[in-house]
Amino acid sequence: MKYDVRQLELLSNEKIADGIFDMRLKCTDSDLKIECGQFAHVYVPGKTLRRPISVCDASGGTLRLVYQVKGEGTQIMSQMKPGADVDMLYPLGHGFNIERGKRYCLIGGGIGVPPMLYTAKQCENPLVITGFRNKDFVILQEDFKAAGAELVLCTDDGTAGEKGFVTDLLKQRINEVDEVCACGPVPMLKAIARVCAEADKPCQISLEERMGCGVGACLVCAVKVKKNGEEIMQHVCKNGPVFNAEEVVF
Amino acid sequence: MADLSVKVAGVSFNNPLIAASGTFGFGREYNEFYPLEKLGGISCKGITPTRRDGNPPPRIAETPSGILNAVGLQNPGVDAFIKEDLPWLKQQNTVIIANTAGNTIEEYCMMAEKLSETDIDMIELNISCPNVKNGGVQFGTSCESVGQITGEVRKHCTKPLVIKLSPNVTDIASIAKSAEAAGADAVSMINTLTGMRIDINSRRPIIRNNTGGLSGAAVFPVAVRMVWQVANAVKIPIIGMGGITTWQDAVEMLIAGATALQIGTVLFTDPYAPLKITEGLNSFLDENGIKSVTELTGTVKPW
Repeated sequence: MKYDVRQLELLSNEKIADGIFDMRLKCTDSDLKIECGQFAHVYVPGKTLRRPISVCDASGGTLRLVYQVKGEGTQIMSQMKPGADVDMLYPLGHGFNIERGKRYCLIGGGIGVPPMLYTAKQCENPLVITGFRNKDFVILQEDFKAAGAELVLCTDDGTAGEKGFVTDLLKQRINEVDEVCACGPVPMLKAIARVCAEADKPCQISLEERMGCGVGACLVCAVKVKKNGEEIMQHVCKNGPVFNAEEVVF
Repeated sequence: MADLSVKVAGVSFNNPLIAASGTFGFGREYNEFYPLEKLGGISCKGITPTRRDGNPPPRIAETPSGILNAVGLQNPGVDAFIKEDLPWLKQQNTVIIANTAGNTIEEYCMMAEKLSETDIDMIELNISCPNVKNGGVQFGTSCESVGQITGEVRKHCTKPLVIKLSPNVTDIASIAKSAEAAGADAVSMINTLTGMRIDINSRRPIIRNNTGGLSGAAVFPVAVRMVWQVANAVKIPIIGMGGITTWQDAVEMLIAGATALQIGTVLFTDPYAPLKITEGLNSFLDENGIKSVTELTGTVKPW
């Protein structure tokens, strides 16, 4: 049996920026075979659908999910109290493929930043570029530094770090790395994919879509990809969330 | 331990819980949670004559106590299903139902013919999908068209034939009667109710198809009412579905008139729901001294 539903004890659930929460859950070491870029499908009491949240970190018996309150479901999640059991289906999906000996540039935009932390921990000396709308949304900077990443921060309005978009910084530094991994809003991912294609660097991107079952049965979280010259529909939950950027039909 | 086995159109099910079409793919994913033989059966994802890629996303939206979906029948086509999925499914020791959807009556007949040559256990005619431009529900909303398609497919189908009914009709009992008169062995009901959600900020429908099919606990009372009405109108068995979430819902649906049940949307909340419902149903029967689940069917005492 590959999948299971687990009840994890909630250790803490704190607001770390405007609308952003950091949930930590207790899990045993045997539960920690998680690939970077995978996600947990979280049961929300009173809701029909689970909420897919990418794994921000998994170490020392703690699973960490950093999420943004976007609607009713995540609102309920943000009110869960320490000591509660959280019903989770994880780890799910196909994560980032990290190879030894390569230097990676990891890019996160907004709420796309959290999965890049666990990814950074799987890489040797990665270059991490994090982008946010403004200083109020900046998260996880100390965590990336502690993980040994070379960290660059930028905001759209320049209120923290450099002023500009992650793609501006990527263009300046792309020759220093072998491969790019990114997670964030689709326009950002599209721009990153273009920069990588022009520089002839491989690029993996983590996508998001409204999701149902989380395991590839209900086929709702569709994404169009090109395989062997043919356009087909794949699914974020099972084939992704991480896809080869070259194959995604935006 | 009560006897949970049921028989629909000559086909024996170990228990009345069948995974509903469209929520369970071709079974492989949920087989990673539990052996599929724990289910009474599986109604497979709707198949069409050739591969379909389905609608563009988003294909799902949450609603109060339910969901809207508009997948648009993404599937690999009937030939790929027969070749690549059916042999594996038939090894899972549970009843396998093919769910078919076409653009024309001829397409439904062609698929029934192909499937009749396989070892599939049953064919469920999907004339109630609200999310495709052609075919689907257009065959399911008048007595004439339901009678016609059932009769035509019957000529090409040697397997037990189940007609899946749409709730988006004025008089579902008359529709069921037409299906029965034209040779249906059973009806399954209800498919989803057409619905819509709009994002108030963008003023865009949440689902790319604009409208979708409503399912989940929200539709359960509608399904119970319709199953009861149809049970009063036809002699063929009813596979009841629509928002069954708990074992109590299952008992209620059986009492309303269903012989077997399909379980769908609740799988997204809890993949183990069919197993829990089966357990709860068994306990209910034991506690009430009922020896067989079949004793519940249609025992409602209406005022």
